[in-house]
Amino acid sequence: MKCRKCGGAAALELRRHNAAFCAPDFIEFFRNQVREAIRRHRMLTRDEPVLVAVSGGKDSLALWDVLAEDGYRTTGLYLDLGIFDYSVESRAKCEAFAAARGLPLVVRRVADEVGAPVPVIKQVTRRPPCSGCGLSKRYLMNRAALEEGIPVVATGHNLDDEAATLFGSVLHWQTESLARQSPALASSHPKLVRKVKPLYRLSERETAAYAFLRRIDYIVEECPFAVGATSIAHKEALNRLEDASPGAKHNFLFGFLDKARPAFERAEEVDLRECARCGQVTTGTLCAFCKLADQVKRAG
Amino acid sequence: MKVVLRNPRREVEVAGNRRVKDVLRELAILPETVLVIRGDDLVTADQVVADTDVIELRPVMSGGRA
Repeated sequence: MKCRKCGGAAALELRRHNAAFCAPDFIEFFRNQVREAIRRHRMLTRDEPVLVAVSGGKDSLALWDVLAEDGYRTTGLYLDLGIFDYSVESRAKCEAFAAARGLPLVVRRVADEVGAPVPVIKQVTRRPPCSGCGLSKRYLMNRAALEEGIPVVATGHNLDDEAATLFGSVLHWQTESLARQSPALASSHPKLVRKVKPLYRLSERETAAYAFLRRIDYIVEECPFAVGATSIAHKEALNRLEDASPGAKHNFLFGFLDKARPAFERAEEVDLRECARCGQVTTGTLCAFCKLADQVKRAG
Repeated sequence: MKVVLRNPRREVEVAGNRRVKDVLRELAILPETVLVIRGDDLVTADQVVADTDVIELRPVMSGGRA
């Protein structure tokens, strides 16, 4: 197999693009896809700082690498979830990445903010662990950005993540989720920062290949709580479709963004107010994060 | 040849001197779900791996939102 650009030996085949690339040309292809995402959705400018949420995994560290290399003013945010050895190791990967490149990294511990680490939250709420974890991460990312004076948070969500989320929302016709799903969410309230996903055009195999070829030391092991998660089952189903029909995931997600999302967005106008306890943005009186913290406190 | 699998890490022996795509098919692994790594390089599915090679099949899936 030959590289589409230079004709040399290919390192990676991209069936959905009917192409293959050598390592240097793949790295350039990858960066161009990120640049296209940023340009198309006006995600970032080089004049303002961006908070990059990093987990120690391939996606978020690949994102941080691309943005820093392209001259964006990045600060990393690592949220320590307190998930045993997994969190210890993933934090070490983020710290090593930041130190090697001289980039600033902010670390927040979920246990300090919510009152308990993710494994305890899981027991207290009796909900799937990803539920309380995701809620806490979204809240803390936004609050950390506000506190650091950074107007935008970038996350490492890739094409597979977005297609799986869309698949789950469609299976249950969660119209609120469909209205919110976007590569770039504008700030709709002074206390909500912008949120952008510059990797949404790239599959997770492509982000893994980029991280490997750039020699980024990322955590390959999966979060122990992700085993059996619904989103993983959705990803597996989509991968079987992709195998039979290359480009299926891309067409599913991009068709939604181009043709269907605007209709859901129009239908779902929400009334935003500030939480009576913490002052962060919510649609109710108390925000979901404060309710979760109350639940943890009562159980303790 | 030796194949290193991850999560959990383990090793299996399979016949070599054939294309990567044939090795993946025998192990029932979809090409979209792994990187095929030999030493410091990525290997495409049409390449032939030798009986003496060691390859790692590194899963690319991540995440877990309920």
